[in-house]
Amino acid sequence: MSGPVIRLRDLDVGYGSRRVISSLTLDVEPGEMIAVLGPNGSGKTTLLRVLLGLLAPLSGSVEIAGSAPKTASRHVGYIPQHRDFDRDLPIRGRELVELGLTGHRLGIPWPRRSVTDSVNAAIAAVGAEGYADAPVGLLSGGEQQRLRIAQALLGEPEVLLCDEPLLALDPRRQREVTALIDQHRREQNAAVLFVTHEINPILPFVDKVLYLVDGRAAIGTPDEVLTTERLTELYGAPVEVVEVGGRILVVSGDESASDLLGHHHDHHNEERPWD
Amino acid sequence: MGLSDYLQLPFAQHALIAGTLIAIICGVIGPFVIARQMAFAVHGAAELSFTGAAAGLVIADNPVAGALIGSVVVAGLIGVLGERPRERDSAIGVVLAAGLGLGVFLLSRYHGFATAATNILFGNIFGVSNGSLLLLVGLAAVVLVSMATIYRPLLFASVDPDLARARGVPTRLLGIVFLVLLAVTVTEAAQIVGTLLVLSLAITPAAASQRLAAAPLVVTGISVSIALVATDGGILISLSGTSVPPTVFVTALSFGFYLMARLAGPPLARRRRDRLAIARGQARG
Repeated sequence: MSGPVIRLRDLDVGYGSRRVISSLTLDVEPGEMIAVLGPNGSGKTTLLRVLLGLLAPLSGSVEIAGSAPKTASRHVGYIPQHRDFDRDLPIRGRELVELGLTGHRLGIPWPRRSVTDSVNAAIAAVGAEGYADAPVGLLSGGEQQRLRIAQALLGEPEVLLCDEPLLALDPRRQREVTALIDQHRREQNAAVLFVTHEINPILPFVDKVLYLVDGRAAIGTPDEVLTTERLTELYGAPVEVVEVGGRILVVSGDESASDLLGHHHDHHNEERPWD
Repeated sequence: MGLSDYLQLPFAQHALIAGTLIAIICGVIGPFVIARQMAFAVHGAAELSFTGAAAGLVIADNPVAGALIGSVVVAGLIGVLGERPRERDSAIGVVLAAGLGLGVFLLSRYHGFATAATNILFGNIFGVSNGSLLLLVGLAAVVLVSMATIYRPLLFASVDPDLARARGVPTRLLGIVFLVLLAVTVTEAAQIVGTLLVLSLAITPAAASQRLAAAPLVVTGISVSIALVATDGGILISLSGTSVPPTVFVTALSFGFYLMARLAGPPLARRRRDRLAIARGQARG
């Protein structure tokens, strides 16, 4: 492996006249895990959309897994923002996993040995053998998320893009899911972009932090970026980074002292003007 | 005349062929209708095929052609007006109300046999002409080939739209294609059970089958089987010496299967949950 798997140069992204990301430059090396942080509407999901080939940048260049972003790329795995599946949805875990690899192809999904084998392997790799044959709607959030990971890892992607994979999980499941993603990026030397509001469960695993505020970015190791000075500069307003019981909190510096990352209301409307 | 005498007659043979074809296409689209939460769209498309049929009657004395053209127009309208379920439902409601009003007006301009009008609403499987049977064979083939072609991406787009979009599946286009296939299917089904009772073939068998299985292809298979037994069974019962129209038996059989599936569903679900609990226990232990 040589060179970064994601290479962004002076990237400008926006919808119409609204600029969401301004002149972002970033290199992501194989095997690197990067936390993408920032308040609601700061461009995190938009960045993933560019990398997935769903949104063309206004200017600048993007390269992912050696080429321009394109949909249906086998080199890019994607875990979308978590939504619970309907209880009655006529699909089992294993079909959901398989669709991640073959879902864009035309035809009838007759069982094929080669596909079934790799689906089984992916399911086993996330420890989901026990419930892969149950309807997905009956599974817990953590179980659904494990299947999501199996689905994303099925094509052995060079890059894994995760959009809030810890949402709606309890702290224990958050640790499990994070450890699982970490294990696979090590085994497959895959780069991981991890969009999240929950910084603490993933902090032990990340190499770098990309912190986005109003289209501006701070990039570096967690120690470099998650400091009162750096974030105050980034927000353009007093911000304090405090440590409470081993957990990092980013709070606004005025008297309201609210947690700037911890809240996550109304995520279905966040950064989604295309819906 | 007994059942075997009737089966020698073209009208009965036509009815069984038409019923079989319609049952198959309804059974295939049903699970997708449920996964995409489009029961109201089926109802809307069916009732609006009444307007199209009325227009066909008035203009060219051909209700089927009118219903077909009307339903495709309506499917396009619904597809363009609303993509998200909530938006779509209100769009259907609006188009449905306007269309039915138009249908009543058109029917008031029609001075032919009154039965032609009730046939539209309640179906007349025993009046399938050679021409409409041929048309049905063609349309059923188109629907089946199309569904076989888009089955996998449509399933993907229906159960997992976010990821499907990221994987390059044209979810919006698939939605509109499915709506058109649905409208054609519903219009054909309306000839058997009538526009008012189309749901008994396009929803009920799939709803029943969903209580019994979760693997998509298995759900489709059971749904087609139930639709087949209900339709052909209903026609045969009606032929064996009753004066009750087959619609009644088709809807009754279909509903009966649904009730049985509801009864079998809880024990099945319990077994599934038990197995799941055991598997979870093993995963921890």
